Amino acid sequence: MDLKDLYRDVILDHNKRPRNFGRLDPCDTAADGYNPLCGDQLTVTLRLEGDRVEDIRFEGRGCAISTASASLMTEAVKGMDEAAIQALYGRVHEALTAAADAPPPEGLGKLAALAGVREFPARVKCASLSWHTLNAALAHRAQNAAGPGGGLDPTPIAAVSTE
Amino acid sequence: MTPPASALASPPAAAHAAYDVARVRSQFPVLATTVRGKRLAFLDTAASAQRPLAVIEAVDHYERTSHANVHRGVYQLSQKATDAFEGAREKLRRFIGAASSRELIFTRGTTESINLVAQSWGQRLGPGDEILITWMEHHANIVPWQMLCARTGATLKVAPIDRRGELDLEAFRALLTPRTRIASFIQISNALGTVLPVREMIAAAKAVGALTLVDGAQAISHQRIDVQSLGCDFYVFSGHKLYGPTGIGVLWGREALLREMPPWQGGGDMIRTVSFSGSTWNELPWKFEAGTPNISGAIGLGAAVDWLETIGIDAVQAHEQSLLTQATAALREIPGMRLIGEAADKGPVISFVLEGVHPHDLGTILDAEGVAVRAGHHCAMPVMEFFDVPATARASFGCYSDEADIAQLVAALRHAHEVFN
Ligand SMILES: Cc1ncc(COP(=O)(O)O)c(C=O)c1O
Repeated sequence: MDLKDLYRDVILDHNKRPRNFGRLDPCDTAADGYNPLCGDQLTVTLRLEGDRVEDIRFEGRGCAISTASASLMTEAVKGMDEAAIQALYGRVHEALTAAADAPPPEGLGKLAALAGVREFPARVKCASLSWHTLNAALAHRAQNAAGPGGGLDPTPIAAVSTE
Repeated sequence: MTPPASALASPPAAAHAAYDVARVRSQFPVLATTVRGKRLAFLDTAASAQRPLAVIEAVDHYERTSHANVHRGVYQLSQKATDAFEGAREKLRRFIGAASSRELIFTRGTTESINLVAQSWGQRLGPGDEILITWMEHHANIVPWQMLCARTGATLKVAPIDRRGELDLEAFRALLTPRTRIASFIQISNALGTVLPVREMIAAAKAVGALTLVDGAQAISHQRIDVQSLGCDFYVFSGHKLYGPTGIGVLWGREALLREMPPWQGGGDMIRTVSFSGSTWNELPWKFEAGTPNISGAIGLGAAVDWLETIGIDAVQAHEQSLLTQATAALREIPGMRLIGEAADKGPVISFVLEGVHPHDLGTILDAEGVAVRAGHHCAMPVMEFFDVPATARASFGCYSDEADIAQLVAALRHAHEVFN
């Protein structure tokens, strides 16, 4: 086990200089994510075109793993539609929770840097918090779109990292 | 015998040298294990202490030779179990200086002890009544009172702390009113290490006619406790922070008070008679011990206090205080270090944040070096809010902690600083 597997340069870089940091105002949907175990919290705001992510920002405070994961996620999902995001999240989740000796994940691009987390089960929640929050924001938007007002309520809803 | 003058004048370092920490360590099998190939530096005793062989063996012996249910059978094995269980109660009574074993109730731990008081004694509260706590309480000494206030209409008041992590004693006094029914507070803060001026607090509460509950979870293994000289009305602690097993703890209360209090949980053991026209309660302490208790846990805890007495709690305290002084000085040398909690009088607990490194990353990096510290809010979220940090890392010491643990911590912290800066 090498710490360098967890704190790769990509992670340290995105922790220090998070991309897409801040808040979109106005936005189409938003969610607050919170990890009650460690106090990490973040807000994801989205601008959508149909179900395609036109723009995304996040802000909050957390450990290097959760900050870098959120930063990498915002870069990766910009321009994706919801189906593509779900598929990508599936692969990220697999990479985070695979056995320590599993082969390195493919097709994840920079997100593959998160795979070192698999050796630190206590930290998987940190890496997945931003993804849970993004999912909550998308689900929130879908609910609003179905109801009166047609998806115009961008009040953040709460997501809690549960795994 | 009067010690020679030279011994009286000797600095704390000499007292520390006399303490045979290697021998103490040899009693804790877990300390010989390695973590990721590194020596284990266990610095999370404030969360839960490790167990000495004496405890492991006492529990093992009980399980192998003496287990049966207690207070029930007429057969010999049940009598053996009852004697061992009640014998443990007597050991704990002596350990905290209680007047009678009727005052010593076994619970699951500190949390359950406080909930018992809040739910049983708390039934007498109503609108207008006040409960006073402090800003540095563990959630276990906040939430049960919030729940009680929600049920009864009583009001919860909170005494403030200052930037050093000390209680504002004047504000505490000012918040006590004739409507204060109970003041409930920690003796030593698990998040900051602060030792509270509990004697002054108890006297102030008494002066307005309020009862006092002292949460001794962090104090019980670090200093001699005598509940009668303390003068509080309830004293609570957990076995697992006192080198005993988990799932066992103590509520001590004044007999007259416990006698007036209604039972908490109903069931077997806590009754004298049961009929459908009504039931009557057992005597103290069993009135508050419904159901089959944690027999092996109590026996293990009894063995823990016996063992601790063999090394002497005063010697342990001197050893831990010396480590606290050394570690505090060494940590201050580390670039970017901010200590959270700088009270003049502290228990062996150091909370800190390292600039540019989130406490969770710190926890992971230290773990890779074999150093076990707690990273998080320490079940004291109001304290984190007060110091405007999401979490802290915390190193805490016990009777087995040594200078090598501190050296390993310091080296690992320097490494963390390098990785992130
Ligand atoms: C000051 C204090 N109070 C209460 C508790 C709760 O103890 P337990 O979880 O054993 O019930 C703790 C444990 O961390 C503590 O440190």
